[in-house]
Amino acid sequence: MPTAWLVVFVLAVSAIGYIAGRRRALNSAGGDSRALHSLPVYYGFNVALSALVPSLLVLAVWLLAQPMLVENRVSGMIPAEAIPESSTLGLVMSDVRRVAEGLDIAVQQGALSEQEARAIRADVTDVRARLGDLGVALGSDVRSEVLSAAQRYRQITATGHLLMTLVVAALTLGGLGFAYARTNKDFRARNVVERGVLALLILAASLAILTTIGIVLSMLFETVNFFRLHSWTDFFFGSTWAPNFRGDSELSILPLLWGTLYISFIALLVAVPVGLFAAVYLSEYAHGHVRAFAKPLLEILAGIPTIVYGLFALLTVGPALVRVFGRGSEGLLGVDWMSGATSVLTAGVVMGIMLIPFVSSLSDDIINAVPQAMRDGSLGLGATRSETIRQVVLPAALPGIVGAILLAASRAIGETMIVVMGAGAIAKFSLNPLESMTTITTRIVSQLTGDTDFASPETLVAFALGITLFVLTLGLNVLALYIVRKYREQYE
Amino acid sequence: MTDTSQQGGGPAAPARKHGETLMKLTARTKRRNAAERRFQAYGIAAIGVGLLMLVILVVNIFGNGMGAFTQTFITLDVHLDQSKLDKKGNRDLEDIKKVSTFGYAPLINRAFETKAADLDLKSGLKPKAMADLLSKSAAAQLRDYVLADPARIGQTVSFRFLANSRVDGYMKGRVSRESIANDKNISAAQLDLVDELIAEGTVRRTFNPAFIFGADASDQRPEAAGIGVSMLGSLFMMVVVLALALPIGVAASIYLEEFAAKNWLTDIIEVNISNLAAVPSIVFGILGLAVFINYMHLPMSAPLVGGLVLTLMTLPTIIISTRASLKSVPPSIRDAALGVGASKMQAVFHHVLPLAAPGILTGTIIGLAQALGETAPLLLIGMVGFIASNAPDGVAAGLMSPNSAMPAQIYEWAKRADPAFYERAWGGIIILLVFLITMNTLAVILRRRFERRW
Repeated sequence: MPTAWLVVFVLAVSAIGYIAGRRRALNSAGGDSRALHSLPVYYGFNVALSALVPSLLVLAVWLLAQPMLVENRVSGMIPAEAIPESSTLGLVMSDVRRVAEGLDIAVQQGALSEQEARAIRADVTDVRARLGDLGVALGSDVRSEVLSAAQRYRQITATGHLLMTLVVAALTLGGLGFAYARTNKDFRARNVVERGVLALLILAASLAILTTIGIVLSMLFETVNFFRLHSWTDFFFGSTWAPNFRGDSELSILPLLWGTLYISFIALLVAVPVGLFAAVYLSEYAHGHVRAFAKPLLEILAGIPTIVYGLFALLTVGPALVRVFGRGSEGLLGVDWMSGATSVLTAGVVMGIMLIPFVSSLSDDIINAVPQAMRDGSLGLGATRSETIRQVVLPAALPGIVGAILLAASRAIGETMIVVMGAGAIAKFSLNPLESMTTITTRIVSQLTGDTDFASPETLVAFALGITLFVLTLGLNVLALYIVRKYREQYE
Repeated sequence: MTDTSQQGGGPAAPARKHGETLMKLTARTKRRNAAERRFQAYGIAAIGVGLLMLVILVVNIFGNGMGAFTQTFITLDVHLDQSKLDKKGNRDLEDIKKVSTFGYAPLINRAFETKAADLDLKSGLKPKAMADLLSKSAAAQLRDYVLADPARIGQTVSFRFLANSRVDGYMKGRVSRESIANDKNISAAQLDLVDELIAEGTVRRTFNPAFIFGADASDQRPEAAGIGVSMLGSLFMMVVVLALALPIGVAASIYLEEFAAKNWLTDIIEVNISNLAAVPSIVFGILGLAVFINYMHLPMSAPLVGGLVLTLMTLPTIIISTRASLKSVPPSIRDAALGVGASKMQAVFHHVLPLAAPGILTGTIIGLAQALGETAPLLLIGMVGFIASNAPDGVAAGLMSPNSAMPAQIYEWAKRADPAFYERAWGGIIILLVFLITMNTLAVILRRRFERRW
C-alpha cells in the first residue's frame, strides 16, 4: 500500500518537525524558555501542523478526485461503436477497470513484467485465460478497445499516483521548511497554532453539512439517471410495482408507500397507547423506586438492535400469528386467513414493541415539562388525579405528544430490518393486515443487493426510493422538532 | 378532595339528602373513583405489556439460542492408513496434500464399520449410510488433522467428528422421527443407530467453542458454522468508527459549544446534526454504496467501508452527547482559567475537556454499541450473501478484504433455508447482546464512577 507509506512518511516528517521546531525556538532564545513569545511546545506544534495538515488535506482531495478524472479521460477513448448493443458505457468502463486491476495483479505476482503489461495485445494473447490463471475472473473475452483502454487507465492512474506522491511529499517538506524558517523567539507560535486548530475544529463541524450534501447529491445524481430511463409519472403516480429484466418494468412508489404507511400505522397503534399510558403512569403515579426500576427496563427495548426484532418477527411472532389466524381447522381460531409468517401485522406489531420506549420516554419528558402549578390548580379545585391528567395535563402537553408521535412515525417509516424480515415482498394495495406487503426500505435493500447493474432502471429506482424516504422522514422530523420546540417555549 | 368538588358541583350533581352522612359516598363519587382506578390500571397494564414484551423477547432469545453453544460430536477410532494417505511412505507434506478429502472418506467409513462390529450393532446400515451421520466436513476435518502432523499417519487415533445437523437436531429435540418423514438427509434406521450410539457414549453433546470462534460454513453444513470471523469484521469496523468518530465528533462539539459565533452558519450546522441523527440508517447505506464503493472504488464488503458508513451514522450521536457533557462543565472553570492568563483554546483543552472526558467517553461507548448492532447499511455495502470463512491475516487485510459483521452474519443465517441455522442466528444474537450489555454496563459504571455534580 504505497498510499499508506506516504501517510507514514508525512507523519514521520511532522514528528521530526515537532522536535526540530521546538529545539530551534529554544536555541534562538539561548535555551531560556522565558524569552520566547509562546511556550516551546507551540513552536513544535506549529512546524508539525504545517507539515501535516496541508499535505494530508491535499492527499484526501486527490484520492477523491483522481478516480473521476481518470474515468473521464479513459471513457473518452472508447468509441461509441465499440459499445455492444445490449451494453452501456458504464458497463464497458467496469470491464476496463477489471482488466486494469487484473493486469496490476499480474504484474504484482510477477506473471507479467511491466513492459509486457503495457505491450500486451488482445489479438495476439488470450488475456482472459492468462488473467484467469491468476485468479482474476473476467466475464467475457477481452476486446482490443477494452484492453487498450485498460492499459491507458493503468498508465494515467500510475502517473496520477506518482504526481500525487510528489506533490504531497513536496507540500510536507515545504510546510516543514517554511514553518521551520519562521521559527524564532519573537514568532507568535501560540496564536498561529490556535488559529490552525480552530480551522480544524470548524472543518470537523462542517463534516455534518458535508454528509448531508453527500447524501443528497449521491442520491440525486442516480435519481436523475433513473428518471432519464424511466418516466417520472409512472414512478409517482403509477399503480404497480413489477420490476423485471425484460425492460418494461413498472416501478411505482405508491404501492410501496401504502405498505410502509400501513405497517407504520399498525406500529403506532401498538406503541402510542402503551407508550403514552406507561409515560403517564410513570410520571404521575409511580413511586420513585417503581420508576427507577421500570423506566430503565422499558428503555432496554430501545437499545436492542433491530436485527433482533427482525428475527423475533420472522421466527416467533409470524409463526405465532399463523397459528392463530391460519392453518384452517388446525389453527386456534379455525380460520385460514393467513398463509405465511410475513404479514403487515407481524411487522407492525414487532415495530410497535420497538417504538414503545421511544414514545414513552419522549412523552415522559413532555409531561414532566407541564408546570406543577397547573396540576395543583386542578387538584385544588377537587378534580381527581385522572381527571387532572386527562383534562389539564394532557391537553397542555398535546402539542409535544403530537411531536413525539410524529418522531415515532418517522422512525417507523425508515425502519428496515423488521420489515425486511417480517413484512414480505409483495407490493399491493390491500386493507387486509394478514397479507404480506412490502415497503420502501425493503425494496431499497432488494434492488441494491445481489447482482446490481447501475445502468438499469431496476437498480437505479432504489436511489429514487431512497431520496423519497429521506425527504419524507426529514419532513416529519422538522415538523416534529418545530412543534416540540414551540411547545417548550410556551412553558419556559 | 372529592367532597369539595361535590359540594361545589354544578346543577347536575345529585344533592346529598339533608342529614345524610358524609362518610357514605354518593353514586357519582363512586363512579369518579372507579374511573380513577381504571385509569391507573391502564397505566399499570401498559407498563406490564412493555415489560412482558421484554420478558418474552429475552426468554425467546435464550430459549432458542442456547442450543447453538453446544454441539453433537461423534467419537471414532480412525486408523490413518498409510497405503491410502501416503503411498510413497516418505511423509512428504506435498505428497500428502495431494490426497483430497475423497481419499479420507473410506477411512471414516471403515472406522464406523469397526465401531459397529465392536459394539455388535445390528443396524444393518451400510458403512456409507453410517458415515452420513457425520457432518459433510468430517473428511476435511480429518485431513486438516493429518496435515497438521503427518507423523500421525499409520496410527489409530481417537477422533471427535462433528455430527450432521440432523443428528444434532435430534439430540436437541428439534428433529423427531415424525419430522423426518420427508427428509432425505436422514432415515429412521439412522436414528436408531444414533440411539444405540448415544447409549454407548459415542455420540455426545458438549460445549462447542467453534461456534464462538470459528468461521461461517456453507449452507450445507450448519453444524460447522461459527461467528468468530464476522466478530473480527465487527471489531475492525468498531476500530475504524472509534478512530474517526471520536476525534471528529469531539472537535465538532468543541467548536459548536465553545467557539462558534451565533450566526446562520452555526444554525445550519446545528439543524443539520439533529436531522442527521434522525435519518434512517439505510440512507447511510445508500450513501456508502454510492460514494465509497461506486465512486471511490473501495472494495465491496470491506470492514473499512462498513466502518466509514457507521462513522457517519454515529457522529451525530457522539456530537450530541459530547456537547451535553461540555455544557455541564460550569463556566466558572473557564473563567478561572482565562483569569490566570490562559488563552481560550488553552482553557478549553487544558481544563474543560478533561473534566468533560467521562461524559464524552460514556457517549462514545453508547454510540459504538449502537453502531455494533446496526445492520441495514451493511446490507447495501455487501456484507451479506457470502461465506465469511477465512479469518483475515493482519490489519490491512482485516480492513480491506471482504468480511461479514455480527449482525450481518445473523441476518445471513436467518435467510438460509435449513432451520438448523435459525438456532445459530439466535445464538449469534446472544453473543451480540453480551457485547452490547457489556458496553452499556461499562458506560453506566463510568458515569456513576466519574460523573461530577457541580
